Amino acid sequence: MDFLRPATWEEALAAKAEHPSAVPIAGGTDVMVEINFDHRRPEYLLDLTRIGDLQTWDTVPGGDAVRLGASVPYTRIMENLRGELPGLALAAHTVASPQIRNRGGVGGNLGTASPAGDAHPALLAAGAEVEAESVRGTRLIPIDDFYTGVKRNALAPDELIRAVRVQKADGPQQFSKVGTRNAMVIAVCAFGLALHPETRTVRTGIGSAAPTPIRARTAEEFLNAALEGGGFWDNGKIITPSVAKRFAELSAAACNPIDDVRGTADYRRHAVGVMARRTLMWTWEAYRATGRDAHRKGEVA
Amino acid sequence: MRVRFTVNGRPQEADDVWEGESLLYVLRERLGLPGSKNACEQGECGSCTVRLDGVPVCSCLVAAGQAEGREVVTVEGLGEGGELAPVQQAFIDAGAVQCGFCTPGLLVAADDMLQRNPNPTDEDIREALSGNLCRCTGYEKIMDAVRLAAARQSEGV
Amino acid sequence: MGTTGLPAGITQGSRTKGGIGESTLRPDGTLKVTGEFAYSSDMWHEDMLWGQILRSPVAHAEIVSIDTAEALATPGVHAVLTYDDLPTEVRHYGLEIQDTPVLAHGRVRHHGEPVAVVAADHPETARRAAAKIRVEYRELPVVTDEASAVAPDAPVLHENRGDSHAPHVPHPNIVHRQPIVRGNVTEARRRADVIVEGEYTFGMQDQAFLGPESGLAVPAEDGGVDLYIATQWLHADLRQIAPVLGLPEDKVRMTLAGVGGAFGGREDLSMQIHACLLALRTGRPVKIVYNRFESFFGHVHRHPAKLYYEHGATSDGRLTHVKCRIVLDGGAYASSSPAVVGNAASLGIGPYVVDDVDIEAIALYTNNPPCGAMRGFGAVQACFAYEAQMDKLAARLGLDPVEFRQRNAMAQGAVMPTGQVVDSPAPVAELLRRVKARPMPPERQWETTEGVDVRQLPGGLSNTTHGEGVVRGVGYAVGIKNVGFSEGFDDYSTARVRMEVVGGEPVATVHTAMAEVGQGGVTVHAQIARTELGVTQVTIQPADTRVGSAGSTSASRQTYVTGGAVKHACELVRERVLEIGRRRFGPYHPAWATAELLLESGKVVTDGGEVLADLVDVLEDEAVEVEREWRHRPTEPFDLRTGQGFGHVQYSFAAHRAVVEVDTELGLVKVIELACAQDVGKALNPLSVVGQIQGGSTQGLGVAVMEEIVVDPVTAKVKNPSFTDYLIPTILDTPTIPVDVLELADTHAPYGLRGVGEAPTLSSTPAVLAAIRAATGLELNRTPVRPEHLTGAGPAGSSGG
Repeated sequence: MDFLRPATWEEALAAKAEHPSAVPIAGGTDVMVEINFDHRRPEYLLDLTRIGDLQTWDTVPGGDAVRLGASVPYTRIMENLRGELPGLALAAHTVASPQIRNRGGVGGNLGTASPAGDAHPALLAAGAEVEAESVRGTRLIPIDDFYTGVKRNALAPDELIRAVRVQKADGPQQFSKVGTRNAMVIAVCAFGLALHPETRTVRTGIGSAAPTPIRARTAEEFLNAALEGGGFWDNGKIITPSVAKRFAELSAAACNPIDDVRGTADYRRHAVGVMARRTLMWTWEAYRATGRDAHRKGEVA
Repeated sequence: MRVRFTVNGRPQEADDVWEGESLLYVLRERLGLPGSKNACEQGECGSCTVRLDGVPVCSCLVAAGQAEGREVVTVEGLGEGGELAPVQQAFIDAGAVQCGFCTPGLLVAADDMLQRNPNPTDEDIREALSGNLCRCTGYEKIMDAVRLAAARQSEGV
Repeated sequence: MGTTGLPAGITQGSRTKGGIGESTLRPDGTLKVTGEFAYSSDMWHEDMLWGQILRSPVAHAEIVSIDTAEALATPGVHAVLTYDDLPTEVRHYGLEIQDTPVLAHGRVRHHGEPVAVVAADHPETARRAAAKIRVEYRELPVVTDEASAVAPDAPVLHENRGDSHAPHVPHPNIVHRQPIVRGNVTEARRRADVIVEGEYTFGMQDQAFLGPESGLAVPAEDGGVDLYIATQWLHADLRQIAPVLGLPEDKVRMTLAGVGGAFGGREDLSMQIHACLLALRTGRPVKIVYNRFESFFGHVHRHPAKLYYEHGATSDGRLTHVKCRIVLDGGAYASSSPAVVGNAASLGIGPYVVDDVDIEAIALYTNNPPCGAMRGFGAVQACFAYEAQMDKLAARLGLDPVEFRQRNAMAQGAVMPTGQVVDSPAPVAELLRRVKARPMPPERQWETTEGVDVRQLPGGLSNTTHGEGVVRGVGYAVGIKNVGFSEGFDDYSTARVRMEVVGGEPVATVHTAMAEVGQGGVTVHAQIARTELGVTQVTIQPADTRVGSAGSTSASRQTYVTGGAVKHACELVRERVLEIGRRRFGPYHPAWATAELLLESGKVVTDGGEVLADLVDVLEDEAVEVEREWRHRPTEPFDLRTGQGFGHVQYSFAAHRAVVEVDTELGLVKVIELACAQDVGKALNPLSVVGQIQGGSTQGLGVAVMEEIVVDPVTAKVKNPSFTDYLIPTILDTPTIPVDVLELADTHAPYGLRGVGEAPTLSSTPAVLAAIRAATGLELNRTPVRPEHLTGAGPAGSSGG
């Protein structure tokens, strides 16, 4: 095993180009467990913690997205980006433990691409692009195209994740995760929901209930139509129980879960439905309470 | 490989480090600092918690090479000048120590919380310590200890 | 020599008298908070090698061949050992039945069974070498439950059994069977107005002590070995280790290294023999440290169980009879299964008066992970079931569950199903009264001025509810646990106590082989010495095999038995000191001959308080030392047919009230409060007593809502050997645990004390389950209860099995 310690992003890209099998390590929360438990012996470890840029965030020119460095610790996201990225901040707060949140970042979740990664549902719901870079250049991978299979993603062997560009919230967002413990738990399943009043759309994200993180597209389409048809975005009415119920059913139906030691497939479907309904009620109530007037005037809440 | 970093204010150096070794292993087996504990080696128990550049992390998940040039504070470095840190004394006084294997990690986490949040509510304490498993105490005496340390700290004792 | 972490004696003075009844602080507390306390995994020796165990990847297989050549040829590897390398004909070990191979011989019987061991100069070298050992397995059909264990064509796990239980078991895959029959159930059944039946399942719990199995074996010049180890009973280890090594016991010198919790999981050997074998083979010190993954394979677990109960009662709420059958899965090797069976049977109906009972408990041999001791030891599984039955009966009778229990509660003088008369206080009804009388925690505590605090809701930080679906439930339970080793076992402890003047002050030194595993025995020994000898300075010597056995740190027995031995030795030391005093000063004061004399605050005083002499002057440069064995009163085995017999030396009782809030839509549980009342006879150290009760209660909470080792029913392989998927409660899962301590003396026991450690682990689980049932209206016959059991989602759902 070789330990590569690039001091700059360019060096890191060069190293990855030279050794495509090199395993990037930042927070270590996946890689080190695999090494400690003898599940993996990478030829090269590529340490990214010396690259300060990965731990910063800024606003994408144009102002509608946050460019979040791949290694910004979840603690920073919780504490500093609650306004711009509320769904991701909520998800960050459910990640493992304070110690892990101090060290892990979104890049690790994306790189591992486990369906149980807590950031995924929030990124799917908010709308995001993964900024992948190699010595060949930079490309932006829409989050919807990023997850390609169980623990597989759209990165090329020589690419590293530089950042993720997440749409700034233009409306309320929520995130819920079921685990069998009240802290420090891997998701049995998770659900993210974002209202996008500017486009009058709703986006979702589901974790741990399919081979990859997914969106509940049929549920989104149903809800978009129901909200539009009922004039809800403007009249701010309470969402009817039948709409919420149907949204929950369609969200559950979007799942393709398995039975495993953490939970049964049926339970996952059921729980996703419950979380879909609850997060819809929470976000909609928040929209009614604070967001609606702003959006009538075309402003961001 | 060779790894150099600062532990509890002192420069340290370890040679012939295998690249897959964790910071925890280097502290325990190479630097003679076994205070940080090896209970799970998967980031699920907090027993190995140290401060890395001021931030509490699980040292089992830090590759040794990642510690190069960094500052590490372990349980051995919590006290000053032979005196126990207030939170250490409080753990003894409140009966928060039984087998003690979780204690070093809890102390580092609790000490960090008390610096950031000198007047924590019970739920704040629980959240801050939710990454540290204890199997002996049922956590009640640990709660007592952190409350005691906070109270003593605010009284300037 | 270049060793670090060697245990040293700890001397502790005390500002107060520091005797029994005070909450004196741990003598090892400072070392533990500074990180200096040396646990078994902290031991280090110059030139030491690292040991690594190769374990079976399958549950049941014939070993066709083992090829170690490539592993041995790996640079840095110093030894690779298999069964064929064992030095003597003694190649099996076991606490009672020596059925466990030191290394697998031709066959593996469970997933994770040790097959070979490696010593190398770095743990990674050892791991890589172990991976190069080629083992060819031919898989065999697996035995996983009672049906497959006793089927006509069942593979027999252990052929030609020669153990003492073999002659009376109905099938060789049954380790032990204990019936208990008293009165006439058939007739009593006719008096019942209400009969309830239930079938219950108890999942496999892990001790999950935080300090992994580990130790250091150092070869000695005399051909022997020094072993620094975390264990619960040094001398029981020694008895099993020495014959395998082919060494006399005095050449295997064992010292207790720091123990990171135990809870029963260190009663059986883990890496002890392997480390010694490698050290003796290589001539180098060998350290072995399991990681968490290996730890799940490296120790026995709590027996999972199926329990079948029938209870009857009259309409006025009196139990008529109990019939029950308890099937414990002992896994591949016997461990302490026979004693667990005895406990499950004899404590199988709980702390209730029932004249007519028909009980049967068995333990199976299967290909599941071996099971043995864990806190509560057979009584835990039964308590979960009989308390569920009591709630069912109360509901059928329309009675308050606490009142119904109180009507049937045993008290001093009651007769156990074994015929044994309970001859010390048994305040069962009072304990229930106390937990019930406690004020309820306020409702909706999650509502704060700043909105919803999810940390106080089911789901916690995962933000699953802001109050939706949340229903509160309250449940009660009470349990009975025996204290000490039972069924005629010669249960004794040895203590060596020395008194002398050091630095102008009288100092007592206590030396026992008691394993301090966190429970605070060392604190209590110092307190006893202060009380009995009137000193403030007490040195506690490291536990080792240079002194006689102190028995096991289990069965809630150490304060009783080793504490009793320390007290007894102190009394003898005191007699000798007074003899010296009489010799030196008797002629000058008549009180030396006539008065009752005590040692207090470093002085010899009369019972009237008159000071006769300073201990410093009495002792001068003389040291007084006594080593004595001490036994509790004898017990006797249970009759093999009727189960009758004076089987237990003492009983202990605890009651719980659990208040839970359940998110009934998602099936998530938050325990809000877990109140406990327990009779401890005499609290030698109240702070430690409360700590034991809170810790035990939390382990019971864990197995109620999250803890289970999941074994694949088809392959018998463990599916969750990690802290990622074997979950134990965090501080956010654990509620406030108010404790009400009663002190009703047991006149048979030292100071009237009653063993504390286990009873709270019993009633906690059924109390939490009862509270969840109250919140959800579900039957819930299985523990741990999982979210899918509470929502009806999933094949394992509906009423939960």
